[in-house]
Amino acid sequence: MSGILVYALHYEGAFNKNSLGAVSEGARLASELGTECHAIVVGEGVSDDLASQLGAYGASKVYRVEGPEGLAQPVIDAMEAAIAAGGHEYALFGGGLLGFEIGAGLAARLDAGVCMEVTNVRVEDGKLVAERPILQDSQISSVHYRSGVGVIISRLNAFEIKETGGSATVEDLAVEFKAHSLKAKMVQRGEQRGADVNIEDANILVAGGRGLGKKEGFDALEELAGALGGAVAATRAVVDAGWYSYSAQIGQTGKTVSPKLYLAAGISGAIQHKVGMQASENIVAINKDSNAPIF
Amino acid sequence: MKICVLVKEVPDAAVEKRINASTGRLDRGGEKNLNPFDTHAIEAAMQLKEGGALSVDEVVAVTMGPESAKRALTKAVSLGADRSVHLSDEALAGSDVNGTGYALAQVLAAESPDLVLLGQQSDDGECYTIGAVVADHLQMPSLTQVIKIDVEGGALRCERQAEYGYDTVQVELPAVISVGDAINEPRYPSLKAIMGAKKKPLETKAAGDVGIDAGRVGYDNARAHCADFAAPPAKSAGQIIEDEDTNETVEKIVAWLDERKLLA
Repeated sequence: MSGILVYALHYEGAFNKNSLGAVSEGARLASELGTECHAIVVGEGVSDDLASQLGAYGASKVYRVEGPEGLAQPVIDAMEAAIAAGGHEYALFGGGLLGFEIGAGLAARLDAGVCMEVTNVRVEDGKLVAERPILQDSQISSVHYRSGVGVIISRLNAFEIKETGGSATVEDLAVEFKAHSLKAKMVQRGEQRGADVNIEDANILVAGGRGLGKKEGFDALEELAGALGGAVAATRAVVDAGWYSYSAQIGQTGKTVSPKLYLAAGISGAIQHKVGMQASENIVAINKDSNAPIF
Repeated sequence: MKICVLVKEVPDAAVEKRINASTGRLDRGGEKNLNPFDTHAIEAAMQLKEGGALSVDEVVAVTMGPESAKRALTKAVSLGADRSVHLSDEALAGSDVNGTGYALAQVLAAESPDLVLLGQQSDDGECYTIGAVVADHLQMPSLTQVIKIDVEGGALRCERQAEYGYDTVQVELPAVISVGDAINEPRYPSLKAIMGAKKKPLETKAAGDVGIDAGRVGYDNARAHCADFAAPPAKSAGQIIEDEDTNETVEKIVAWLDERKLLA
């Protein structure tokens, strides 16, 4: 049969929000295509309870594969096996780092077309067409697949989570991993660097980027946030540089926020950052470059 | 041991990028430069070579692209690569991610590197995915967006930020690693290196030279076909305040915030 296979990322007993959005979207598209949406979970000792939760978001079947967590290549092997068994026509991924790696590797494995940063998927003549903003979101291109399997990797927060109240059967799938897929090993996962701060509940966020010049640039932001009764947030670049806490990071591999006021200082506005804050009610950006994408 | 660094020529950051309406491809006219992210990959290769924990015999810059892409290779060599390989063939023009990754994997396979490094994204295509495609073809372990590489017992201990925080991953060689810009501060080439770069070996290869199947590359064989370019929904224009007198600017911003009752 045909169908849509969605990768569901989980960590410490819970599914990633973007994966749940992708399952919801997969179910919506499958129903429009008159087919089924299946999900695949790879991990160590994934419980029936966890795997079957995906039924509530529209998956009719969940493939459960015993394998290493947090790395892309074992999942490529698992999805190749699931597609061989289920004959899926599309592989769908929610936004995030692993989805990019798995989706691209799977496209190579299956000689399949792949489109990333997808913000919308539509059905056209019984096929899926992916829409992707390009050139700093100045245009949207439509991508048509010309391969047996089409790989769709979405942008962060592209798909809404919808509970359908359905249920899923859980099917164990034995996968023989390729030698190279086991040559990367997780030593430590999910290390939190810097102080644990809560930015998601703040009504006002004062965010800083590389344009602050140095770590001490955040002192002024702390002061301003204090005066405004808000909290301080940061971009990935400054978190990677060690200027601020990971728990305050907005964007692709950080948090998604929608405060009443988002005040951005020295942030150029890369897409990876914007996807995490563009739902803010009011945005004030301070930047030396009037062409910065944040404007 | 051999490190291959994948590089790409991209439109200069100052050039406004647009799609050529008649071909449906990126208009690659105008000033070009080495993809800024790739300079971090070359620097990472140089630091591994100079660090001494791995015995690196040579660093080879590899690119795929038209004639002009040679300049990106020359730049890569001026930053420290020992020689370069240019995969250039009309048959490759317009390849999608799948085709480009496949073609690059073939030219890399001919080099049999112990490590392939690349930048995490190109400034123009913004796909972040070539590393993963190449790795699957080469059957090598792979990690993208790496911000720290340490050599440990002949393997690489890599750090990167993923969905739930920072991950540390041990990767056996040979491997394909894409690096983020936080990994290092690329050096500036010396005048001597710039002058000498054109004298270093540059090999040009056609698709047939490295056994590329013509049915898997090029615009007509793209598995993902881009079409129907459309303008995104218009966003409401914001208000721009030019900072001529900072006190005045601050007053304007405060008034704006006050109007929206954002000041408690």
